[in-house]
Amino acid sequence: MAKESVKDMMRFAARIRLETIRELAGLGFGHVGGAMSVVELLAVLYGGVMRIDPARPDWEERDWLVCSKGHAGPALYAALALKGYFPMEMLSTLNRGGTSLPSHCDRNRTPGVDMTTGSLGQGMSTAIGVALGNRLDNRENWTYLILGDGELDEGQVWEGALFASHFRVDHLIVFVDRNKQQLDGCTKDIMNLGDVAGKFKSFGWHTQEADGHDPGAIRDAVQNAKEAAGRPSVIVLDTVKGKGCTFAEGVLYNHHMSIREEEGREAVRAAEAALAALGGKGSV
Amino acid sequence: MNVKIRDDFKKDDRMMRSVYCDTLMEMAGKDGRVVALDADLMNSMGMMPFLEKFPERTFNCGVQEANMMGVAAGLSATGKIPFAHTFGPFATRRCFDQVFISAAYAKLNVRIVGSDPGITAAYNGGTHMPFEDMGLMRAIPGATVIEPTDGAMLRDLLWQLKDLYGVFYLRLLRKEPVMIYEEGSRFEIGKGIVLQDGWDVTLIASGVLTSEALRAAGLLKGMGISARVVNMFTWKPVDRELIGKCARETGCIVTVENHNIMGGLGSAVAEAMAETTPVPMERIGSRDRFGEVGPVDYLIRAFHMTAEDIAAMAQKAVKRK
Repeated sequence: MAKESVKDMMRFAARIRLETIRELAGLGFGHVGGAMSVVELLAVLYGGVMRIDPARPDWEERDWLVCSKGHAGPALYAALALKGYFPMEMLSTLNRGGTSLPSHCDRNRTPGVDMTTGSLGQGMSTAIGVALGNRLDNRENWTYLILGDGELDEGQVWEGALFASHFRVDHLIVFVDRNKQQLDGCTKDIMNLGDVAGKFKSFGWHTQEADGHDPGAIRDAVQNAKEAAGRPSVIVLDTVKGKGCTFAEGVLYNHHMSIREEEGREAVRAAEAALAALGGKGSV
Repeated sequence: MNVKIRDDFKKDDRMMRSVYCDTLMEMAGKDGRVVALDADLMNSMGMMPFLEKFPERTFNCGVQEANMMGVAAGLSATGKIPFAHTFGPFATRRCFDQVFISAAYAKLNVRIVGSDPGITAAYNGGTHMPFEDMGLMRAIPGATVIEPTDGAMLRDLLWQLKDLYGVFYLRLLRKEPVMIYEEGSRFEIGKGIVLQDGWDVTLIASGVLTSEALRAAGLLKGMGISARVVNMFTWKPVDRELIGKCARETGCIVTVENHNIMGGLGSAVAEAMAETTPVPMERIGSRDRFGEVGPVDYLIRAFHMTAEDIAAMAQKAVKRK
């Protein structure tokens, strides 16, 4: 992969992060931690990996994304707005009455959102259904699914893991956002997940692990996954909850946070600086 | 609606599950979008012929009800028309949130079939005996909740459901029903059917208890009470117009359901009646009780759902007028 394209994705990630922080800081509260940890993944998916057409969100041949950790909606909305699915100004309507951008992803409200999520674990099954439906129609498009690591506590995830393997659901690539924190604390303290990749492997999945904040590594892993035909694929992304957000990174309880005005401003400034350092513009 | 009511109400020699499988196969043959899902009960549902004929469109999900509902929702997002079956309690309370969020809230297109309604779960007993499935599904915004009465109705409704959009719950007897309607009858979802006219009381019945209500009307006739019998196969949206009309014309109502009287047909009728024409009303059904094991002829007595129970309840309602 060319160095330039990795840099493009890093810049795209920095812009997604900045716009997400602006959304949440503007509202004064929200699911900061888990939105920040998927930013690089979204930049890779929407920055070249996914076959999409923002002018036709319902295009039948498109690649699908099910963001099962629906609370990462604000980061997904930033990516979609930056890709032109809807105007950037809409981002400031997050969670306001009558908005098209609810805190959890809703396929009926937001252009570009492929599946309604928010009740954890359920995206696993709907993503499998989408992949099966496309397979029945002999389409070659891919279904991508983002699971949180806390979400892996849900039994439905493992029902789906068994099912996808049994029905050889390929063209399904699952990312686990392994940020090692859930709402009430560290996953190892709340519900110890053990070896996540090993568990999927024992279910018959093609498994990989990658640095979830390295766009090049994520993109390479997706490429590998696509070559593993005949079975579902999972990529466990090592991430940091709250990554790149000054008031959230390194904080234990950063799943849902109240954001004071000053800390919001500081986080926006820092995200702008990070973008500028990559040669990107501070505002879009 | 073009419904022909039979002269005799005799037991069918075909099981409802045969009608279900045959109709699904006909539909799948004509429409490539039709897919069938099950949770390790294909054999019990008589769906093996479907599996043999359409293996690529059959998804036996194993004992995974929650996953099945999500997979069905996902399939429908790509334009497929899923019919997902398991026993009633597992099709509803076991995976309520998956149906609620992945299918209904997401505005997807899923038909859920829950078999062995109420007392017909018989020897499987309390764990498998749904007296709350219809009530649960009624609570889902926009869901359509139906209990087909016999094979003729089931066949017609399945064809209609194929081309409708939304979340539908079909509560289905697997075994032989009492035949109420002639083959070829056309039904309208949301409209009740007056099976027999009468002027002193209306019996509003559903499912396997429809034939009990008809028998009760015969018993009441002997007591000098003229009973109207309505088959209310759609519990949601319930036929408010017909309920109001019956309340006005007969002055009292008895609902007859193989379900808990809370949340089900009795509740739906009471709500509609209170908002249109309040009149005395009594309810036949499980009275806030769990199911239990036994043969159907024991259970129908244990849960006070026989024609004799219905006739006694009708007398009570008439006295309150």
